[in-house]
Amino acid sequence: MRVVVDFDLCESNAVCMGIAPEIFEVRDDDFLYVLDENPSESMRAKLEESVQRCPKQAISIVED
Amino acid sequence: MSNPVVVVGASLAGMHAARTLRLEGHDGPIVVLDGDSNRPYDRPPLSKQILSGEWDPERIVLAAANEDLGLDMRLGVRATGLSLADRIIETLASDGSTSAITFDGLVIASGAAARRLPGSDGVAGVHVVRTLDDSMALRSELEAGPARVVVIGAGFIGSEVASACRKRGLEVTLVEAMPVPLERILGVEMGAVCGRVHIENGVDLRLGTGVDHLETVTASDGSLRVVGVALTDGTTVPAEVVVIGIGVSVNTGWLDGSGLNLENGVVCDNTLLAAPGVTAAGDIARYPSERFGEMLRVEHWEHAIQGGEAAARRLLAEQRGEPGAIFDPVPWFWSDQYDRKIQLAGRPAPTDNFSVVHGSTEEFRFVTLYGRQGRLVGVLGMNRPRHVIQLRGLLETGASFDDACAKAAEL
Repeated sequence: MRVVVDFDLCESNAVCMGIAPEIFEVRDDDFLYVLDENPSESMRAKLEESVQRCPKQAISIVED
Repeated sequence: MSNPVVVVGASLAGMHAARTLRLEGHDGPIVVLDGDSNRPYDRPPLSKQILSGEWDPERIVLAAANEDLGLDMRLGVRATGLSLADRIIETLASDGSTSAITFDGLVIASGAAARRLPGSDGVAGVHVVRTLDDSMALRSELEAGPARVVVIGAGFIGSEVASACRKRGLEVTLVEAMPVPLERILGVEMGAVCGRVHIENGVDLRLGTGVDHLETVTASDGSLRVVGVALTDGTTVPAEVVVIGIGVSVNTGWLDGSGLNLENGVVCDNTLLAAPGVTAAGDIARYPSERFGEMLRVEHWEHAIQGGEAAARRLLAEQRGEPGAIFDPVPWFWSDQYDRKIQLAGRPAPTDNFSVVHGSTEEFRFVTLYGRQGRLVGVLGMNRPRHVIQLRGLLETGASFDDACAKAAEL
């Protein structure tokens, strides 16, 4: 699976970073960086929670 | 089971309750009611991108409304009464038709309504921002370029409305009855910082004054239109548009006489159960929080998702004869004003001690921690989302104030 962030929607609330810091990181420039675009299957639950909790619905999961 | 589970309210809490019911095992009918005829939508953009004109309404439809969940959606249909003994909900549709639905389970997520000022009903030019229709009505008046907008109430909604109006280049007066904005939530010092953000962005901020009355003119057809706001300090501010942001009242009217415990919300136990087979979630649910040692009713976005999910799981647990999980998340929300993002986690009180642990309030870029009896109770950030989210975890684990300050220094 692949993590896709719509950066036009993302407004760096950093909710995803709170749920899955292994994948998402908001840095001091206030921008979100995706650390791992192809996370392992073991991250699926956290990733799905991040998708649901994103205040801007900016995150999606694309199946390879 | 043949009777449906009914979810009253198709906003964030209700839709997440319905979604969770379906995805986590309820295969019977699920009816979702809402008096609002629009497709279920997200509210935060109503005072931000919708108002500023950046987004159109299609963009804020909730993701759950686009999922194939097999829900019986009844939009424009509101609940008008509940009989707990008979397990019946009475409804009224926008076309005037009524019905009665017998249910096996009920999630109450009917939310809250914007409070208005006495004498402001039906006066043209006076707005609240709670529903999509509210926001679109205000937007269309803002698009006409009024000479001045007066916003009453410098809470988060009022502040965001002021920001959206400034983004459009409109002149704004923001009126707040308290001497400091957000004082009851953030305390005097941090509230004052938020007030300065408005001044920096060209808002005419009037503090410590209430509204005496609205000045109106009568049109030839007899209708009233607002032309100004008379304040209790004796001044009058001319206004073509007035926006009232003085908080909400919970939508519990339809539950009067139902036997549910209503007290500024639907009183639940610590698992969001209000009565056997009945749960509540979102703005309307009041529950005992062990974490904060008080009854809480929280109006935040993420809390509505968490509450909707928890209320659904509580019903599913009851169906399966299992115990319910305790609901006690750390409240968290954000507010976007001008180019600032304010985030608050926890439940600080004006009497708490506090410390600015990162950045500076002069630059409007900082993190403040709040402590009570040695314990961390709140994390406030302005344009510091990373820090807020990382420190929020300390609220979940019940960290001491000193440990939190030490941890903040490492970030």
